[in-house]
Amino acid sequence: MNNKSIVIDGKTIPFEDGQTIMQAAIAAGVYIPHLCHNPQFTPHGSCKLCTVKVNGRNCSACTFPASEGQNITNVTKELNDDREKITQMLFVEGNHFCPSCEKTGNCNLQAVAYHLGMTDNHFPHFFENREVDASHPDVMIDHNRCIFCTLCVRASQEVDGKNVFAISGRGIDKRLVVNSESGLLKDSGLDATDCAAHICPTGAILIKRTGYKVPIGQRIYDHAHIDTVTLANEGASHDE
Amino acid sequence: MTNKKVKVATVSLAGCFGCHMSFLDLDERLVDLIEHIEFDRSPLTDIEHCSPDCDIGLIEGGVCNSENVHVLREFRKNCKILVAVGACAINGGLPAMRNHISLEDCLNEAYRDGIGVENPQIPNDVELPLLLDKVHPLHEVVKIDYFLPGCPPSADVFWKFLTDLLAGREPSLDYELVHFD
Repeated sequence: MNNKSIVIDGKTIPFEDGQTIMQAAIAAGVYIPHLCHNPQFTPHGSCKLCTVKVNGRNCSACTFPASEGQNITNVTKELNDDREKITQMLFVEGNHFCPSCEKTGNCNLQAVAYHLGMTDNHFPHFFENREVDASHPDVMIDHNRCIFCTLCVRASQEVDGKNVFAISGRGIDKRLVVNSESGLLKDSGLDATDCAAHICPTGAILIKRTGYKVPIGQRIYDHAHIDTVTLANEGASHDE
Repeated sequence: MTNKKVKVATVSLAGCFGCHMSFLDLDERLVDLIEHIEFDRSPLTDIEHCSPDCDIGLIEGGVCNSENVHVLREFRKNCKILVAVGACAINGGLPAMRNHISLEDCLNEAYRDGIGVENPQIPNDVELPLLLDKVHPLHEVVKIDYFLPGCPPSADVFWKFLTDLLAGREPSLDYELVHFD
């Protein structure tokens, strides 16, 4: 045990060498909004929702190492406004129609939007034409809902020991691709029991025939806030 | 609160009237509400055009045709506070799911090539408003002041929002009242 600490929003938080700000925060019960981060996998630092101010500079909490002397702000109007704008951009870039999505109520994108008090999408919608891949017998991909968080990519590589998913293209042309000759999920090595099939924070990768097992109204975020849920889940996996 | 009743106008554009039905779910609370508000242009009154001094405009549905654009602009011009009510008003909703299909294909499927279509022809009466190429949420056409998410927003959402406004408070919805579904 050491005595090293950082300060987040005035609260002193202990950390150990090698921990990121996100790891230290979650271990101390401090929620920093995030979508592309999951403590099971190598941090990716791409969604930028976890941007905090470290001694006045913007840093991604999920990748930035904690170190002595850091004075960090997390919950401020400025940062939360930025987070809301980022979330709104995710909503208009894809096609996120919650009432017709199986994931509604269990969706982290939706829950982050709730957390940030987002009630509209602010920006003009892209209404981009994206495909649905329902070729696999047990798993489907609805590209309309992909936010390119790469959780499935990392889960497949790091947990499943496969390499089913990747992100192809750059910027606005970025898209999720499947590692199979046909490009279809059915010809990939994905099994419904794989971690990668269950890790999607939105409704982009779904297990077939399970979508409405839990009725709308009884789902995770219908009543529980994402900060509470995240700290309970991810705090636990940090402790393991 | 003054004695003068607050004028509320409502309309359903590219919507299903589900939000209006949900509003009516206020049930006996409508009796309390009507002490403080009066309806102007609305499917509930059949008044055809907004009075120039409407206080609150509640708009259900997105914008899918030329008439929707005209009506929405009329509401913006005549209502002090304009509210996008429900998923379709906020992001186009279910009607916007036609946006990745060309308008020509949509019309052909519905009126010419679809299963069971008799006397196939594309409707072309001058009385019919022209369809827009894509369905748009309201905020892409006019400035919107407040958004009530939900498909539909529950009666409790309408109640909280309107009673906040009537009391002169900035409207705020508790976590349990905000749902995108």
